[in-house]
Amino acid sequence: MEKKKLFSFNTKTLVATALGAALFTVLFMYIKIPTGIPETEIQTAYGVGGFFAALFGPLAGFLIQFIGHAISDSVQYGSAWWSWVIASGVEGFIVGLSFTKLKVEEGVFDSKGIIYFNVIQVIANAFSWILLAPILDIVIYSEPANLVFTQGAVAALSNAVSTGVIGTILLLIYSRTRSKSGSLSRED
Amino acid sequence: MKTNLFDYRERDNLIFNLSGLSKLICFICMSVAVMLSYDIRYILFVTVLSLLFFRISELRFGQIRLMLIYVAIFLAINFILTFLFSPLYGTELYGTRHDLLRITSRYVITQEQLLYQVTKTCKYLSMVPLGMLFLLTTNPSEFAASLNRAFVPYKVCCVLSLTLRYFPDIIRDYHSISLAQQSRGLDFSKKEKLFTRVKNMFNVLLPLILSTLDRVTVVSNAMDLRGFGKEKKRTWYVAKPLVGKDIAAIALGIAILAGSIYMTNVVNGSRFWNPFIA
Repeated sequence: MEKKKLFSFNTKTLVATALGAALFTVLFMYIKIPTGIPETEIQTAYGVGGFFAALFGPLAGFLIQFIGHAISDSVQYGSAWWSWVIASGVEGFIVGLSFTKLKVEEGVFDSKGIIYFNVIQVIANAFSWILLAPILDIVIYSEPANLVFTQGAVAALSNAVSTGVIGTILLLIYSRTRSKSGSLSRED
Repeated sequence: MKTNLFDYRERDNLIFNLSGLSKLICFICMSVAVMLSYDIRYILFVTVLSLLFFRISELRFGQIRLMLIYVAIFLAINFILTFLFSPLYGTELYGTRHDLLRITSRYVITQEQLLYQVTKTCKYLSMVPLGMLFLLTTNPSEFAASLNRAFVPYKVCCVLSLTLRYFPDIIRDYHSISLAQQSRGLDFSKKEKLFTRVKNMFNVLLPLILSTLDRVTVVSNAMDLRGFGKEKKRTWYVAKPLVGKDIAAIALGIAILAGSIYMTNVVNGSRFWNPFIA
Protein backbone atom coordinates (compact mmCIF):
# COMPACT_ATOMS: atom_id res chain seq x y z
CA MET A 1 0.00 0.00 0.00
CA GLU A 2 1.57 3.28 -1.04
CA LYS A 3 1.52 6.16 1.40
CA LYS A 4 -1.33 8.63 0.95
CA LYS A 5 -0.27 12.04 -0.29
CA LEU A 6 -2.47 14.92 0.81
CA PHE A 7 -2.70 16.64 -2.56
CA SER A 8 -2.24 13.86 -5.10
CA PHE A 9 -4.87 13.92 -7.79
CA ASN A 10 -4.80 10.75 -9.87
CA THR A 11 -7.43 9.51 -12.28
CA LYS A 12 -9.38 7.67 -9.61
CA THR A 13 -9.53 10.74 -7.38
CA LEU A 14 -10.59 12.78 -10.38
CA VAL A 15 -13.47 10.49 -11.34
CA ALA A 16 -14.51 10.06 -7.71
CA THR A 17 -14.59 13.84 -7.39
CA ALA A 18 -16.70 14.21 -10.52
CA LEU A 19 -19.24 11.55 -9.57
CA GLY A 20 -19.17 12.70 -5.95
CA ALA A 21 -20.07 16.20 -7.10
CA ALA A 22 -22.93 14.83 -9.21
CA LEU A 23 -24.16 12.79 -6.24
CA PHE A 24 -23.83 15.82 -3.97
CA THR A 25 -25.93 17.87 -6.39
CA VAL A 26 -28.68 15.24 -6.56
CA LEU A 27 -28.85 14.88 -2.78
CA PHE A 28 -28.67 18.63 -2.27
CA MET A 29 -31.75 19.03 -4.41
CA TYR A 30 -33.83 16.01 -3.46
CA ILE A 31 -32.93 14.30 -0.18
CA LYS A 32 -33.38 16.57 2.82
CA ILE A 33 -34.41 15.59 6.32
CA PRO A 34 -37.04 17.89 7.82
CA THR A 35 -36.26 19.05 11.36
CA GLY A 36 -39.69 20.33 12.25
CA ILE A 37 -38.56 23.97 12.03
CA PRO A 38 -39.81 25.48 8.76
CA GLU A 39 -37.19 26.29 6.09
CA THR A 40 -34.57 24.44 8.09
CA GLU A 41 -33.70 21.05 6.75
CA ILE A 42 -30.75 18.80 7.36
CA GLN A 43 -28.88 18.42 4.09
CA THR A 44 -27.87 14.78 3.65
CA ALA A 45 -25.54 16.01 0.92
CA TYR A 46 -23.01 17.23 3.51
CA GLY A 47 -22.85 13.78 5.06
CA VAL A 48 -22.05 12.24 1.68
CA GLY A 49 -19.66 15.09 0.84
CA GLY A 50 -17.80 14.45 4.09
CA PHE A 51 -17.70 10.73 3.32
CA PHE A 52 -16.10 11.33 -0.09
CA ALA A 53 -13.72 13.92 1.38
CA ALA A 54 -12.53 11.44 4.02
CA LEU A 55 -11.97 8.81 1.31
CA PHE A 56 -10.36 10.96 -1.38
CA GLY A 57 -8.76 13.95 0.31
CA PRO A 58 -9.02 17.73 0.58
CA LEU A 59 -8.93 18.63 -3.14
CA ALA A 60 -11.71 16.17 -3.85
CA GLY A 61 -13.66 17.45 -0.84
CA PHE A 62 -13.31 21.04 -1.96
CA LEU A 63 -14.30 20.41 -5.58
CA ILE A 64 -17.19 18.07 -4.74
CA GLN A 65 -18.88 20.56 -2.44
CA PHE A 66 -17.95 23.66 -4.45
CA ILE A 67 -19.13 22.28 -7.80
CA GLY A 68 -22.09 20.42 -6.30
CA HIS A 69 -23.36 23.46 -4.44
CA ALA A 70 -22.77 25.79 -7.40
CA ILE A 71 -24.63 23.51 -9.82
CA SER A 72 -27.61 22.86 -7.57
CA ASP A 73 -27.90 26.57 -6.81
CA SER A 74 -27.70 27.42 -10.50
CA VAL A 75 -30.31 24.84 -11.38
CA GLN A 76 -32.74 25.89 -8.68
CA TYR A 77 -32.17 29.63 -8.50
CA GLY A 78 -30.56 30.49 -11.82
CA SER A 79 -27.33 31.61 -10.27
CA ALA A 80 -25.12 30.61 -7.39
CA TRP A 81 -25.03 32.23 -3.95
CA TRP A 82 -21.25 32.55 -4.10
CA SER A 83 -20.49 33.21 -0.45
CA TRP A 84 -22.13 29.94 0.62
CA VAL A 85 -20.72 28.03 -2.33
CA ILE A 86 -17.20 29.05 -1.31
CA ALA A 87 -17.93 28.16 2.33
CA SER A 88 -19.19 24.74 1.20
CA GLY A 89 -15.96 24.15 -0.70
CA VAL A 90 -13.78 25.17 2.24
CA GLU A 91 -15.76 22.90 4.56
CA GLY A 92 -15.11 19.97 2.21
CA PHE A 93 -11.43 20.87 2.04
CA ILE A 94 -10.99 20.88 5.82
CA VAL A 95 -12.90 17.61 6.27
CA GLY A 96 -10.69 16.14 3.54
CA LEU A 97 -7.59 16.88 5.62
CA SER A 98 -8.60 13.91 7.79
CA PHE A 99 -7.93 11.52 4.94
CA THR A 100 -4.22 10.86 5.45
CA LYS A 101 -4.76 9.54 8.98
CA LEU A 102 -7.86 7.46 8.21
CA LYS A 103 -7.57 3.91 6.92
CA VAL A 104 -11.12 3.35 5.72
CA GLU A 105 -10.00 1.94 2.35
CA GLU A 106 -8.07 -0.73 4.26
CA GLY A 107 -11.15 -1.65 6.25
CA VAL A 108 -10.19 0.05 9.49
CA PHE A 109 -12.49 2.64 11.03
CA ASP A 110 -12.32 2.20 14.80
CA SER A 111 -13.32 4.53 17.62
CA LYS A 112 -10.07 6.47 17.23
CA GLY A 113 -10.88 7.10 13.56
CA ILE A 114 -14.45 8.07 14.39
CA ILE A 115 -13.33 10.63 16.97
CA TYR A 116 -10.63 12.00 14.66
CA PHE A 117 -13.06 12.38 11.74
CA ASN A 118 -15.70 14.05 13.90
CA VAL A 119 -13.34 16.50 15.57
CA ILE A 120 -12.16 17.64 12.16
CA GLN A 121 -15.66 17.89 10.71
CA VAL A 122 -16.91 19.95 13.67
CA ILE A 123 -13.98 22.35 13.24
CA ALA A 124 -14.66 22.49 9.49
CA ASN A 125 -18.36 23.24 9.91
CA ALA A 126 -17.84 25.79 12.66
CA PHE A 127 -15.18 27.65 10.67
CA SER A 128 -17.09 27.62 7.36
CA TRP A 129 -20.59 28.44 8.51
CA ILE A 130 -20.13 30.50 11.66
CA LEU A 131 -17.15 32.49 10.40
CA LEU A 132 -16.53 32.30 6.66
CA ALA A 133 -20.03 32.28 5.13
CA PRO A 134 -21.41 35.24 7.14
CA ILE A 135 -18.28 37.32 6.57
CA LEU A 136 -18.43 36.68 2.82
CA ASP A 137 -22.16 37.51 2.90
CA ILE A 138 -21.38 40.85 4.47
CA VAL A 139 -18.44 41.60 2.17
CA ILE A 140 -20.03 40.47 -1.10
CA TYR A 141 -23.72 41.12 -0.54
CA SER A 142 -23.82 43.66 2.36
CA GLU A 143 -26.31 41.55 4.25
CA PRO A 144 -27.12 42.66 7.83
CA ALA A 145 -24.71 41.04 10.29
CA ASN A 146 -27.11 39.63 12.88
CA LEU A 147 -29.21 37.90 10.20
CA VAL A 148 -26.29 36.17 8.48
CA PHE A 149 -24.64 35.11 11.72
CA THR A 150 -27.91 33.53 12.89
CA GLN A 151 -28.30 31.74 9.56
CA GLY A 152 -24.66 30.66 9.78
CA ALA A 153 -25.06 29.20 13.25
CA VAL A 154 -28.14 27.21 12.19
CA ALA A 155 -26.33 25.94 9.11
CA ALA A 156 -23.25 24.99 11.15
CA LEU A 157 -25.35 22.96 13.56
CA SER A 158 -27.42 21.13 10.93
CA ASN A 159 -24.46 20.45 8.64
CA ALA A 160 -22.32 19.21 11.54
CA VAL A 161 -25.14 16.83 12.50
CA SER A 162 -25.40 15.68 8.88
CA THR A 163 -21.66 15.15 8.42
CA GLY A 164 -21.26 13.64 11.88
CA VAL A 165 -24.14 11.18 11.74
CA ILE A 166 -24.46 10.31 8.06
CA GLY A 167 -20.74 10.63 7.28
CA THR A 168 -19.72 8.47 10.21
CA ILE A 169 -22.33 5.77 9.50
CA LEU A 170 -21.38 5.67 5.81
CA LEU A 171 -17.67 5.39 6.64
CA LEU A 172 -18.41 2.59 9.13
CA ILE A 173 -20.50 0.62 6.63
CA TYR A 174 -18.04 1.21 3.81
CA SER A 175 -15.05 0.14 5.94
CA ARG A 176 -16.84 -3.18 6.58
CA THR A 177 -17.15 -3.82 2.85
CA ARG A 178 -13.37 -3.51 2.43
CA SER A 179 -11.17 -6.44 3.29
CA LYS A 180 -8.58 -5.66 5.94
CA SER A 181 -4.99 -5.78 4.80
CA GLY A 182 -3.33 -8.85 6.21
CA SER A 183 -6.68 -10.51 6.86
CA LEU A 184 -5.62 -13.62 4.99
CA SER A 185 -3.42 -16.13 6.75
CA ARG A 186 -1.48 -19.02 5.31
CA GLU A 187 -2.98 -22.41 6.03
CA ASP A 188 -0.67 -24.74 7.93
CA MET B 1 -39.60 14.93 -10.88
CA LYS B 2 -38.17 15.22 -14.32
CA THR B 3 -35.09 17.27 -14.67
CA ASN B 4 -34.50 19.42 -17.67
CA LEU B 5 -31.22 20.69 -16.38
CA PHE B 6 -28.82 21.80 -19.06
CA ASP B 7 -31.53 21.20 -21.53
CA TYR B 8 -29.06 22.20 -24.16
CA ARG B 9 -30.50 22.50 -27.63
CA GLU B 10 -28.38 23.83 -30.39
CA ARG B 11 -29.70 26.97 -32.04
CA ASP B 12 -28.23 29.22 -34.63
CA ASN B 13 -28.07 32.74 -33.27
CA LEU B 14 -25.55 35.23 -32.00
CA ILE B 15 -25.51 34.11 -28.35
CA PHE B 16 -25.28 30.39 -29.13
CA ASN B 17 -22.51 30.90 -31.63
CA LEU B 18 -20.27 32.80 -29.25
CA SER B 19 -17.46 30.73 -27.86
CA GLY B 20 -17.92 29.36 -24.34
CA LEU B 21 -14.90 31.32 -23.16
CA SER B 22 -16.31 34.70 -24.15
CA LYS B 23 -19.69 33.82 -22.62
CA LEU B 24 -17.94 32.79 -19.40
CA ILE B 25 -15.99 36.05 -19.26
CA CYS B 26 -19.15 38.07 -19.94
CA PHE B 27 -21.05 36.14 -17.29
CA ILE B 28 -18.35 36.66 -14.68
CA CYS B 29 -17.89 40.36 -15.53
CA MET B 30 -21.60 41.13 -15.47
CA SER B 31 -22.29 39.21 -12.26
CA VAL B 32 -19.31 40.77 -10.49
CA ALA B 33 -20.53 44.18 -11.71
CA VAL B 34 -23.94 43.55 -10.17
CA MET B 35 -22.49 42.00 -7.02
CA LEU B 36 -20.21 44.97 -6.45
CA SER B 37 -22.72 47.73 -6.96
CA TYR B 38 -25.56 48.81 -4.69
CA ASP B 39 -26.66 51.43 -7.19
CA ILE B 40 -30.15 50.49 -8.29
CA ARG B 41 -29.81 52.51 -11.51
CA TYR B 42 -26.79 50.56 -12.65
CA ILE B 43 -28.29 47.24 -11.57
CA LEU B 44 -31.43 47.95 -13.59
CA PHE B 45 -29.24 48.89 -16.56
CA VAL B 46 -27.43 45.53 -16.40
CA THR B 47 -30.77 43.74 -15.93
CA VAL B 48 -32.21 45.36 -19.05
CA LEU B 49 -29.09 44.40 -20.98
CA SER B 50 -29.29 40.79 -19.85
CA LEU B 51 -32.99 40.62 -20.70
CA LEU B 52 -32.09 41.95 -24.13
CA PHE B 53 -29.48 39.19 -24.55
CA PHE B 54 -32.07 36.72 -23.35
CA ARG B 55 -34.33 37.93 -26.14
CA ILE B 56 -31.59 37.59 -28.73
CA SER B 57 -30.80 34.06 -27.58
CA GLU B 58 -34.41 32.95 -28.39
CA LEU B 59 -34.67 31.00 -25.15
CA ARG B 60 -38.25 30.39 -24.11
CA PHE B 61 -39.60 31.87 -20.92
CA GLY B 62 -41.05 28.45 -20.03
CA GLN B 63 -37.52 27.15 -19.58
CA ILE B 64 -36.90 29.42 -16.61
CA ARG B 65 -40.41 29.77 -15.16
CA LEU B 66 -39.98 27.16 -12.44
CA MET B 67 -36.69 28.71 -11.49
CA LEU B 68 -38.23 32.15 -11.20
CA ILE B 69 -40.83 30.76 -8.79
CA TYR B 70 -38.06 29.31 -6.59
CA VAL B 71 -36.18 32.58 -6.70
CA ALA B 72 -39.31 34.55 -5.85
CA ILE B 73 -39.96 32.38 -2.77
CA PHE B 74 -36.34 32.64 -1.71
CA LEU B 75 -36.28 36.41 -2.18
CA ALA B 76 -39.57 36.88 -0.31
CA ILE B 77 -38.17 34.98 2.68
CA ASN B 78 -34.94 36.95 2.54
CA PHE B 79 -36.89 40.21 2.28
CA ILE B 80 -38.99 39.44 5.37
CA LEU B 81 -36.09 38.05 7.40
CA THR B 82 -33.92 41.07 6.65
CA PHE B 83 -36.64 43.37 7.92
CA LEU B 84 -37.30 41.24 11.01
CA PHE B 85 -33.64 41.04 11.96
CA SER B 86 -32.47 44.52 11.01
CA PRO B 87 -35.35 46.90 10.39
CA LEU B 88 -33.06 49.94 10.56
CA TYR B 89 -30.04 48.55 8.70
CA GLY B 90 -30.77 50.89 5.78
CA THR B 91 -30.50 54.00 7.95
CA GLU B 92 -27.16 52.73 9.21
CA LEU B 93 -25.91 52.26 5.66
CA TYR B 94 -27.13 55.56 4.25
CA GLY B 95 -26.62 57.65 7.38
CA THR B 96 -29.99 59.41 7.26
CA ARG B 97 -33.49 58.54 8.43
CA HIS B 98 -36.81 59.28 6.75
CA ASP B 99 -39.68 57.47 8.46
CA LEU B 100 -42.58 56.28 6.37
CA LEU B 101 -44.64 54.11 8.66
CA ARG B 102 -44.27 53.32 12.34
CA ILE B 103 -45.38 49.82 13.38
CA THR B 104 -43.73 49.48 16.81
CA SER B 105 -40.79 51.32 18.29
CA ARG B 106 -38.41 48.72 16.81
CA TYR B 107 -40.12 48.19 13.49
CA VAL B 108 -40.26 51.42 11.57
CA ILE B 109 -40.39 51.39 7.79
CA THR B 110 -37.95 53.97 6.52
CA GLN B 111 -37.18 55.13 2.99
CA GLU B 112 -33.58 54.03 3.46
CA GLN B 113 -34.53 50.49 4.46
CA LEU B 114 -36.93 50.28 1.54
CA LEU B 115 -34.28 51.40 -0.93
CA TYR B 116 -31.73 48.97 0.54
CA GLN B 117 -34.08 46.01 0.39
CA VAL B 118 -35.46 46.78 -3.05
CA THR B 119 -31.92 47.23 -4.38
CA LYS B 120 -30.88 43.94 -2.85
CA THR B 121 -33.86 42.13 -4.36
CA CYS B 122 -33.11 43.60 -7.80
CA LYS B 123 -29.50 42.53 -7.40
CA TYR B 124 -30.44 38.90 -6.95
CA LEU B 125 -33.19 39.02 -9.53
CA SER B 126 -30.89 40.40 -12.20
CA MET B 127 -28.57 37.42 -11.76
CA VAL B 128 -31.24 34.93 -12.87
CA PRO B 129 -31.35 35.70 -16.60
CA LEU B 130 -27.54 36.01 -16.59
CA GLY B 131 -26.96 32.58 -15.10
CA MET B 132 -29.62 30.98 -17.26
CA LEU B 133 -28.29 32.60 -20.37
CA PHE B 134 -24.90 31.13 -19.69
CA LEU B 135 -26.06 27.66 -18.64
CA LEU B 136 -28.64 27.09 -21.34
CA THR B 137 -26.67 28.40 -24.30
CA THR B 138 -23.34 26.72 -23.61
CA ASN B 139 -22.58 23.20 -24.69
CA PRO B 140 -21.45 21.43 -21.47
CA SER B 141 -18.35 19.92 -23.08
CA GLU B 142 -17.40 23.21 -24.61
CA PHE B 143 -17.83 24.80 -21.19
CA ALA B 144 -15.05 22.57 -19.81
CA ALA B 145 -12.85 23.43 -22.76
CA SER B 146 -13.41 27.14 -22.28
CA LEU B 147 -12.66 26.94 -18.55
CA ASN B 148 -9.36 25.33 -19.44
CA ARG B 149 -8.51 28.26 -21.65
CA ALA B 150 -9.31 30.57 -18.74
CA PHE B 151 -6.31 28.99 -16.98
CA VAL B 152 -8.26 26.52 -14.83
CA PRO B 153 -6.17 23.28 -14.61
CA TYR B 154 -7.46 20.72 -17.11
CA LYS B 155 -8.07 18.08 -14.46
CA VAL B 156 -10.53 20.40 -12.76
CA CYS B 157 -12.22 21.00 -16.13
CA CYS B 158 -12.51 17.26 -16.64
CA VAL B 159 -14.07 16.91 -13.20
CA LEU B 160 -16.69 19.46 -14.19
CA SER B 161 -17.48 17.92 -17.55
CA LEU B 162 -17.72 14.44 -15.99
CA THR B 163 -20.02 15.83 -13.30
CA LEU B 164 -22.33 17.29 -15.90
CA ARG B 165 -22.16 14.07 -17.88
CA TYR B 166 -23.07 11.79 -14.96
CA PHE B 167 -25.57 14.03 -13.20
CA PRO B 168 -28.58 12.72 -15.20
CA ASP B 169 -27.39 9.12 -14.71
CA ILE B 170 -27.26 9.53 -10.97
CA ILE B 171 -30.70 11.12 -10.87
CA ARG B 172 -32.00 8.13 -12.82
CA ASP B 173 -30.27 5.72 -10.41
CA TYR B 174 -31.73 7.61 -7.49
CA HIS B 175 -35.25 7.31 -8.89
CA SER B 176 -35.00 3.63 -9.67
CA ILE B 177 -33.52 2.78 -6.25
CA SER B 178 -36.13 4.89 -4.53
CA LEU B 179 -38.98 3.24 -6.50
CA ALA B 180 -37.54 -0.23 -5.87
CA GLN B 181 -37.42 0.42 -2.13
CA GLN B 182 -40.93 1.84 -2.15
CA SER B 183 -42.21 -1.24 -3.92
CA ARG B 184 -40.71 -3.21 -1.04
CA GLY B 185 -42.90 -1.20 1.31
CA LEU B 186 -40.62 1.56 2.56
CA ASP B 187 -42.49 4.80 3.06
CA PHE B 188 -40.82 8.17 2.44
CA SER B 189 -43.93 10.31 2.89
CA LYS B 190 -44.99 12.34 5.88
CA LYS B 191 -47.22 9.51 7.14
CA GLU B 192 -44.19 7.68 8.54
CA LYS B 193 -42.52 8.68 11.79
CA LEU B 194 -39.43 10.85 11.39
CA PHE B 195 -36.95 8.28 12.67
CA THR B 196 -38.29 5.52 10.40
CA ARG B 197 -38.24 7.92 7.49
CA VAL B 198 -34.58 8.72 8.11
CA LYS B 199 -33.84 5.02 8.32
CA ASN B 200 -35.70 4.45 5.05
CA MET B 201 -33.70 7.24 3.47
CA PHE B 202 -30.52 5.37 4.34
CA ASN B 203 -31.87 2.39 2.42
CA VAL B 204 -31.84 4.56 -0.69
CA LEU B 205 -28.63 6.42 0.08
CA LEU B 206 -26.49 3.36 0.61
CA PRO B 207 -27.12 1.51 -2.68
CA LEU B 208 -26.80 4.84 -4.47
CA ILE B 209 -23.38 5.51 -2.96
CA LEU B 210 -22.08 1.99 -3.43
CA SER B 211 -23.19 1.91 -7.07
CA THR B 212 -21.55 5.30 -7.57
CA LEU B 213 -18.28 4.01 -6.11
CA ASP B 214 -18.48 1.00 -8.45
CA ARG B 215 -18.93 3.33 -11.36
CA VAL B 216 -15.92 5.36 -10.20
CA THR B 217 -13.76 2.26 -10.52
CA VAL B 218 -15.11 1.43 -13.98
CA VAL B 219 -14.74 4.94 -15.38
CA SER B 220 -11.33 5.62 -13.88
CA ASN B 221 -9.97 2.29 -15.14
CA ALA B 222 -11.28 3.09 -18.62
CA MET B 223 -9.61 6.50 -18.51
CA ASP B 224 -6.33 5.10 -17.19
CA LEU B 225 -6.27 2.46 -19.91
CA ARG B 226 -6.58 5.20 -22.50
CA GLY B 227 -3.62 7.03 -20.99
CA PHE B 228 -5.50 9.88 -19.37
CA GLY B 229 -3.43 12.29 -17.31
CA LYS B 230 -0.04 11.30 -18.69
CA GLU B 231 0.68 14.72 -20.16
CA LYS B 232 0.72 18.18 -18.64
CA LYS B 233 -1.68 19.56 -21.22
CA ARG B 234 -4.53 18.28 -23.31
CA THR B 235 -6.47 19.48 -26.30
CA TRP B 236 -10.23 19.79 -26.60
CA TYR B 237 -12.32 18.43 -29.41
CA VAL B 238 -15.10 20.99 -29.01
CA ALA B 239 -13.06 24.13 -28.34
CA LYS B 240 -14.05 27.00 -30.63
CA PRO B 241 -11.43 29.54 -31.72
CA LEU B 242 -12.11 33.16 -30.80
CA VAL B 243 -13.37 35.31 -33.68
CA GLY B 244 -14.34 38.97 -34.04
CA LYS B 245 -17.69 38.79 -32.27
CA ASP B 246 -16.09 36.99 -29.32
CA ILE B 247 -13.60 39.81 -28.89
CA ALA B 248 -16.51 42.28 -29.07
CA ALA B 249 -18.45 40.34 -26.45
CA ILE B 250 -15.46 40.16 -24.12
CA ALA B 251 -14.89 43.90 -24.58
CA LEU B 252 -18.54 44.58 -23.74
CA GLY B 253 -18.35 42.43 -20.59
CA ILE B 254 -15.21 44.21 -19.41
CA ALA B 255 -16.80 47.59 -20.21
CA ILE B 256 -19.82 46.73 -18.04
CA LEU B 257 -17.55 45.72 -15.17
CA ALA B 258 -15.48 48.87 -15.62
CA GLY B 259 -18.72 50.90 -15.60
CA SER B 260 -19.68 49.38 -12.27
CA ILE B 261 -16.26 50.14 -10.80
CA TYR B 262 -16.47 53.70 -12.19
CA MET B 263 -19.91 54.20 -10.60
CA THR B 264 -18.63 52.86 -7.28
CA ASN B 265 -15.42 54.82 -7.10
CA VAL B 266 -16.06 58.04 -8.97
CA VAL B 267 -19.80 58.78 -9.21
CA ASN B 268 -21.03 57.45 -5.87
CA GLY B 269 -17.80 57.31 -3.85
CA SER B 270 -18.96 54.04 -2.26
CA ARG B 271 -20.86 50.88 -3.21
CA PHE B 272 -24.11 52.58 -2.32
CA TRP B 273 -25.98 55.11 -4.38
CA ASN B 274 -27.16 57.58 -1.78
CA PRO B 275 -30.02 59.84 -2.91
CA PHE B 276 -30.69 60.93 0.68
CA ILE B 277 -27.68 63.20 0.94
CA ALA B 278 -28.15 65.38 -2.08
